[in-house]
Amino acid sequence: MVAPNTAGRPVVRATRFALAHVPGLVLSGSKPRREVAHEGDALRERLRTHLRSYAEALAYPPNQVMLGNLAPEVLRGIERPWHRQPVADARDEGPGGRFVDAATFYAWLARGDSARLLRLADPPPPPLAAALAALGSDGPPRLAPDALAQAVREGAEPFELDGAPAGVLLPAHEEDESLAAPVLLENLAAKVSGALALRDLLDRGPDEPVDHLLGCGEEAVGDRYQRGGGNLAKAMGELAGLEGSGGTDVKSFCAGPVHALVLAGALVASGVARRVVVVGGGSLAKLGMKFRGHLDAGSPILEDVLAGVAIDVARDDGRSPVLRLDSATFHRLGSGSAAHQLAASLSRAPLRALGLGLSDVDRYAVELHDPDVTEPAGSGDVPATNYRVLAALAVQEGELAREDMPRFAEERGLPGFSPTQGHIASAIPYLPHAVAGLTTGAMRRVQLVAKGSLFLGRMTTEGDGASVLLERNPGLASEPKEASE
Amino acid sequence: MTELNGKLVLCLGERDGVPAPSLQACVESAGGEVVYTETQCFV
Repeated sequence: MVAPNTAGRPVVRATRFALAHVPGLVLSGSKPRREVAHEGDALRERLRTHLRSYAEALAYPPNQVMLGNLAPEVLRGIERPWHRQPVADARDEGPGGRFVDAATFYAWLARGDSARLLRLADPPPPPLAAALAALGSDGPPRLAPDALAQAVREGAEPFELDGAPAGVLLPAHEEDESLAAPVLLENLAAKVSGALALRDLLDRGPDEPVDHLLGCGEEAVGDRYQRGGGNLAKAMGELAGLEGSGGTDVKSFCAGPVHALVLAGALVASGVARRVVVVGGGSLAKLGMKFRGHLDAGSPILEDVLAGVAIDVARDDGRSPVLRLDSATFHRLGSGSAAHQLAASLSRAPLRALGLGLSDVDRYAVELHDPDVTEPAGSGDVPATNYRVLAALAVQEGELAREDMPRFAEERGLPGFSPTQGHIASAIPYLPHAVAGLTTGAMRRVQLVAKGSLFLGRMTTEGDGASVLLERNPGLASEPKEASE
Repeated sequence: MTELNGKLVLCLGERDGVPAPSLQACVESAGGEVVYTETQCFV
């Protein structure tokens, strides 16, 4: 029996990722785009020859971890760099999500193109034609090669499939920077990747209405008069075939998803909603961001995957991990944005307020960027840096001996495995594993910790962050007793 | 080692390394004057 006053207690029931392998969109990533504009065709060709195939990207161990087919801890036993260690019998689906190819993704771009700005190459590449047919569509109008090239000269954004032109996205307005083709393609890619994750989550049940969608991505959807008007969440819901759901976008740079998760929990706990899905699309702008480092290191371009996410938050079902809203913490003005200050305010303070220590958490899910991606570009191992700071805090608290700091990271940390898709990498890639570990596994408590670089927008020098605890549902503890009665 | 006392300093930080506000605090404690700060974030 559910105890009184807990019917509104929020739980995280499931998380699904949609990973789209889109090497033909790497040239549209912000860094590749700018660098090719400076250096021309030679760089464009060099980029094209260092892209991964679908099979290579699918078998990449961190991507298999994102899908839930491998536990993150398994990566510690795989020799780096991981791109040289393909997983045998890699699967395109797992407990944590699905992997789709570029043709499928492009077909969904066409399906999600509500402004009818997409034009396909004539004839379209056969895999794209087949993917469109599978969706029951002939797709958008075709353009012959000359017309395609002319459209690009006039501001359209091209995209490729297997090195051949696949189509373009037209700008929506000649004099509106917010409706320029590169911006629209970025927003459409986010819409589609988020909608794919949402549809996948809904297809796996339960068959219950979704009261509200909370978007958590970093795209800017709007026009010249309202550049960031937003509510891409609603557009994702529409594309995913939802009816009856409201939507809101939650913005805080990379910390957006954890902000949204807390707010989703609050909507459920207050009774405003019974079921909320946090949705986020991938970041096209970040494709190929660190390509220079990868080329210099002799690796393929690893930032070739768009990642969308959908997180199901609902009322306590007696089984799913509980979202401890009494642990929810938002970084506050004046509390400092240096790494140790963020760790103190986001990790130590909420635990202390609940009478818990840093060693009472089984896993800290921090920013889980894949070090295969970040290290060749000089950005280091981001999760490892975060765990060092947490371990140092534990030493300061007297919970850990200094010489045991590496053990803290081993036991309570995680290797990085997420694509560098900004908000997507912030704690939430661990959610499918956390839900499993807190239900069928033996974990008691996971802390999700996210940070956001607000200062990048030049409106503040402050950073941001958010954290929340996920705990094993007390209802699970009673199951063995009930089974024996 | 560079003596920062009396120097004008540009602080270019990285969020996951040493962010600019931390660099600024160090520089000012050593007597330098910070004329520009920016923190980059590459993830």
